[in-house]
Amino acid sequence: MAAKVKQQTNKKLSRRILENWQLYLLLFPVILYLIIFAYGPMAGIVIAFEDFKPYKGIFGSNWVGMKHFIRFFAMNKFKLALKNTVTISLYSLIAGFPLPIILALLLNTCPYMRLKKTVQTVTYAPHFISMVVIVGMLRVFFSPTTGIVGNLLRSLGLLNGSLMVLTSPSAFPHLYVWSGVWQGMGWSSIIYLGALTGVDPSQHESAVIDGANKLQRIIHIDLPAITPTIVVLLIMNSGSIMNVGFEKVFLLQNSLNLSAAETISTYVYKVGIQDSQYSFSTAINLFNSIINFALLVIVNSISRALGETALW
Amino acid sequence: MKKTKFDRNFDLIVSVLLVVLLLSVLYPLYFVVIASISDPSLVSTGRVTLYPMGVTLDGYKKVIEYEKIWTGYRNTIFYVIFYTLLSVSMTMAAGYAVSRKNLVGRNGIMLFMTFTMFFSGGMVPTYLLVNTLGLVGKPVIIVIMGSVSVYNIIIARTFMTQSIPDELFEAASIDGCTHLQFFFRIVLRLSPALLSVLTLFAAVGQWNSWFNAMIYLRDPKHMPLQIVLREIIISESNLAANTDSGSMMGEDAARQALLVESMKYAVIIISTLPIMCLYPFMQKYFVKGIMIGSIKG
Repeated sequence: MAAKVKQQTNKKLSRRILENWQLYLLLFPVILYLIIFAYGPMAGIVIAFEDFKPYKGIFGSNWVGMKHFIRFFAMNKFKLALKNTVTISLYSLIAGFPLPIILALLLNTCPYMRLKKTVQTVTYAPHFISMVVIVGMLRVFFSPTTGIVGNLLRSLGLLNGSLMVLTSPSAFPHLYVWSGVWQGMGWSSIIYLGALTGVDPSQHESAVIDGANKLQRIIHIDLPAITPTIVVLLIMNSGSIMNVGFEKVFLLQNSLNLSAAETISTYVYKVGIQDSQYSFSTAINLFNSIINFALLVIVNSISRALGETALW
Repeated sequence: MKKTKFDRNFDLIVSVLLVVLLLSVLYPLYFVVIASISDPSLVSTGRVTLYPMGVTLDGYKKVIEYEKIWTGYRNTIFYVIFYTLLSVSMTMAAGYAVSRKNLVGRNGIMLFMTFTMFFSGGMVPTYLLVNTLGLVGKPVIIVIMGSVSVYNIIIARTFMTQSIPDELFEAASIDGCTHLQFFFRIVLRLSPALLSVLTLFAAVGQWNSWFNAMIYLRDPKHMPLQIVLREIIISESNLAANTDSGSMMGEDAARQALLVESMKYAVIIISTLPIMCLYPFMQKYFVKGIMIGSIKG
């Protein structure tokens, strides 16, 4: 059988392509989609260097070089959006990254099957709730006068008057990050649990014979076993530091907390889609994508240099 | 094997921590359920905390009378069905193709695909493209947009590389089986787990999505459920109305405002119910999906 596969690969290239033309047929819809909806917009990025007017088209609009880039670098609104984006994502990373790992380690060491299954079922569930509903829940829970959180704090005497969490800029990052932890913690732990099932039970058995307690076994056996997974996910997450998801921020925004809640993606939307400043908005977005891509490459090469796992 | 004292205490601490985590995730969900069937005036004054009080279905009645919800529901079901069909068939076909060693130029094709995971044209160029194609305002764009997920194709490829060896096709091709026949007769039948994972990923994703609808749709008649939900539970006017103290409103207006609050809880339940009902059945498939994806991630 192996010889036959070998023989197959040695055939002339054109013959092999012709023989397997149906594979290309199966691939065709996806390639077509990507050319149109992924690479098409990438080509459209050139408008970042033009004064794009829809009636003139991409080829007819005036070339202006770096004008838009120079303009947004000087703008306070852009600086604010940049600062907010980085703050929110670093905070998310610091608060949100370790918890799923801890949850996975706890679940893995939990001796009671039923408790383990219940925790898994419940903590995975919020992942499937839509962002609109999540933000809707935050809205009703933290509602200034009628929400359960305000009521609770008032009854404990910790709060007088209205709860300002939804409208205060300083509360925004906490609201965003911790609701994200609540929603994503269980789901993100799955991948670590998967890596933990790969640990050879005999390692644990011999560690027990050597007198290691459970905590020591977690630190010296389980943790090293998931380190490659941790590194890969850390790389992926660092690569998207400038990429705070649009949906939740946009839904949580209001005129009162905007100074902390305007991020690059929401700013791009407002300037680009709402105000139709196509070129300007595309320039901001391009800047953002390039930083993201660069971060990914840098973190990946650092990780590779350290001899750890890398994406490529 | 007898547990040491340290290990027994450790188990206890682990269990306590897990129970705390469990309750902190569960309680908000539980509260929405009890608040949706409780008397809104008791909910808003903070009397309802652990169990429903003054049970009433007024919130649900109000939601059911709200016609937009049902239009949204109908549209969403329509989008979910067609989007899922399109997405799963394209992903399976492409996943099969890139899992075959016979595919000349496979590495190049994979690079072509994965590059789009890390770099994109962005919101505005995509919008302008869709506009040029004449698809703004057309419901079909909701079905097409995002129907190809490279991540899912990688999941499919990993699954098929492992479970459908090239030799199987070699053997079938001796009997004159072509790739297409092999794909439809063998591959699809051998991949029920993969099909379930992809179907569920696509269906849940579309059920919960609203961004594309906000950007590309114009006609209220085409709006999916999530857009209607957003109007009800998170429009800014609601927040402003809430910030005003209750005393400024008349008795009637105050009761009306309370009913709106109650309606919010009910609408959250009604819109999330289909997914939560399916959730216990799909849990194992989702977990499987993540596992398959992580191997080559």
